[in-house]
Amino acid sequence: MSSSFQIDFSEAGATQRIIGIDLGTTNSLGAFMDLTGPAIIPGPDGEHIVPSVVAIPESGDPIVGIEARAMLTTDPDRVIYSVKRLMGRGLDDVKEELKLFPFRIADGSESVIRLTIGNKTLTPPEVSALILKQIKTNAEAFFNETVDQAVITVPAYFNDTQRQATKDAGRIAGLEVLRLVNEPTAAALAYGLDKRKEGIIAVYDFGGGTFDISILKLHNGIFEVLATNGDTHLGGDDIDNLLIAVALEDIQSEWSENIRGNQEAVQILRKAVIEAKEQLSFAPAVKLSLEWRGKAYQRELSRDVFNKLITPVVDRTLTPCRACIADANVTVEQINEVVMVGGSTRIPLVRTAVEALFKAKPHTELNPDEVVALGAAVQAGILSGDVEDTLLLDVTPLSLGIETMGGVVSKLITRNSTIPASAMENFTTAVDGQRNVLIHVLQGEREMARDCRSLARFDLKDIDPMPAGLPRIEVKFLIDANGILSVTARETRTGKEQSIEVKPSYGLTDEQVEAMIEESIEKAEADFIERQVREARVEADRIFKAVDKGKQNQAWDTLSDDEREAIQKVYNELILAYHSDYYDLIRDKIHELDQVTRPLAERMMNTAVSVALEGTKIE
Amino acid sequence: MITCWQCKKELEKGLFCPSCNALQSPPTDYFTFFSLPRHLSINIEALQAKFYDLSRKLHPDKYSRKSETERANSTAATAVLNDAWRTLKNPITRAEYLLAQSGLEIGEQRSKDVPPELLDEVFELNMALEELRHGDQSAKVELATAREKFQAMLAASDADLENLFVKHDAESCPPALAAIRAVLNRRRYITNLIRDVDKELS
Repeated sequence: MSSSFQIDFSEAGATQRIIGIDLGTTNSLGAFMDLTGPAIIPGPDGEHIVPSVVAIPESGDPIVGIEARAMLTTDPDRVIYSVKRLMGRGLDDVKEELKLFPFRIADGSESVIRLTIGNKTLTPPEVSALILKQIKTNAEAFFNETVDQAVITVPAYFNDTQRQATKDAGRIAGLEVLRLVNEPTAAALAYGLDKRKEGIIAVYDFGGGTFDISILKLHNGIFEVLATNGDTHLGGDDIDNLLIAVALEDIQSEWSENIRGNQEAVQILRKAVIEAKEQLSFAPAVKLSLEWRGKAYQRELSRDVFNKLITPVVDRTLTPCRACIADANVTVEQINEVVMVGGSTRIPLVRTAVEALFKAKPHTELNPDEVVALGAAVQAGILSGDVEDTLLLDVTPLSLGIETMGGVVSKLITRNSTIPASAMENFTTAVDGQRNVLIHVLQGEREMARDCRSLARFDLKDIDPMPAGLPRIEVKFLIDANGILSVTARETRTGKEQSIEVKPSYGLTDEQVEAMIEESIEKAEADFIERQVREARVEADRIFKAVDKGKQNQAWDTLSDDEREAIQKVYNELILAYHSDYYDLIRDKIHELDQVTRPLAERMMNTAVSVALEGTKIE
Repeated sequence: MITCWQCKKELEKGLFCPSCNALQSPPTDYFTFFSLPRHLSINIEALQAKFYDLSRKLHPDKYSRKSETERANSTAATAVLNDAWRTLKNPITRAEYLLAQSGLEIGEQRSKDVPPELLDEVFELNMALEELRHGDQSAKVELATAREKFQAMLAASDADLENLFVKHDAESCPPALAAIRAVLNRRRYITNLIRDVDKELS
């Protein structure tokens, strides 16, 4: 009776678990490192995959996953999907996208998209945070412990802002993001290709909304990325949209009715074309059909026609592949293996195209939907020290530069440099007494600043007034292992740290993220308290029952009056605590009751033994 | 005396504290970082082996459970490691780095800085480029020939560099550095010419 009442807090001090998360355009997935290797974290309903779909009902909590996806056809105005395409982007970046997605954009979306749902406004990192939180909750239920550290995967071709947005999403979800890993690199880890001691491999990652190609060199457990390329605006979504466009045109000519504007109809059609697309990976032909307000549309779609339709999309993946091979400074013949990742690699035409380009049969053994999450779990294992001897050396996908005279970009760190990477640059003043120097930092390969992606403007402030050209400010640009830039500056004559004000061109400011975290922490705290109270009450119920039973026992009568009184007193106090929200008070009283009932427990035990002994005498 | 940020004991040369083994803030000079003499001829295989070995010891992945200072030192040290390996493994960038450190930066190439010995070739090339732009396809042959010539010059300057590297390392004399600078300048100019020709030919 004694120890069963006590609550074990010993696990809290143990090393924390790090989970791996694939935050995908279409689906998301969590994984962890098992004793035998990486494994997927199942959801409560046994479904592993969490569709990256979030519904915001008029009242109540947001809905994430399968249920939210089901609402796409019934309540499309309240559902957000493919939000990854909006991460780290501004209004100008997504104009094309928004023609195809039904999202309503709020005012003030120039540097961060704000999605309007009913009377709520959400930024993409907040929507992604809801998906991450779902995976966190699934993991916590599965392990029966809190999980607050994670490795999250991102497309290799994500720029600084998109990476920062993903990290922000993690923070808002209450996760410390220990590392962002590039999806193709994660896939290479999952395939355990390190068993192959030396060699060159290519990873072709064609997902729901992004395309990546990476070429890696394997060397005694070191996965060294030689080059990466891609398109963060290209994925299975584009194929769906092509099919939808064709069907809409068909429907218009058949029904003489344009249903483009009706979200519900378009979403039902979207569901139908996705099913047709998926079936075409196995069947030579499928029927694409739509029923809508009593009208029926049906069209037979053969794989041949489908292939012709999607050839331009597939071809768009081959250009980055060729550029990547050239940048990696290898020949096609030197590439030993090709790994296929992402749901879109199930399409036979994609496989044929990859095989033709790389002159090698691509690896498809692992489930292309799971391989990235599994790789993230391996990286989590590397960080926790559970996986030794394996090391990932990744690269920055885009060159980093600063704007100079005439809007020309001067490159500081070239693309495909192994990260962490740094560059030092000296700045001075042009005018006597100048107090500020403004540095415009960009990412991209083009010559002119206007053709590159503006990351931020760094304002070197409070420079001591001096004649022009005298101050010497050394600015250090550092890209960390997550591919995220930080900038520090120093006045070299004085050695004084130079103050910098950062004005990010896109994305949330630190203050905005902090505010979002605060809001979610408040919510999380409320959730936490509720759970603690619930758990403490369960414990209390158990001890009440045990004590009630004890009172029926003959051992109860052998206790002294003081002992009985003491028990009854604490018992009543626990009843009072039970109905409060103070879970620590409930716990204290449980502990106290446990202590005072010890004599009772001991006597009950003795009685049981003596009864047993008497029993033997009688025999 | 330089001391360890963690145990405050005196530091020796090297990235780790000899007393408590904490990772220190790294040196920023690439030769010092790899404990290499300031030579221009380098055994690349040996350097690569060192790069992989140090990657295993310094990479941020190995420090995610360590203190904030050590995590920052790990990122800084790995950045220098990667920058140094990228710069030193290529003979051109390696020479440019050493030149810059000796105050002999090449700087931005100005199109007017034609190396005098190339004047005739450049003049002919410009004529051919002009003809091609005016639709004279026969200039293509001339350009292809010119390209071959420049390619040969490039190979010759690479051989020159190799010899100068050896000379520099043996004597560590400034005249060698000045000569290297001249070759690098010339080389960069030729590379740009080839790039321009390729642009017109494609």
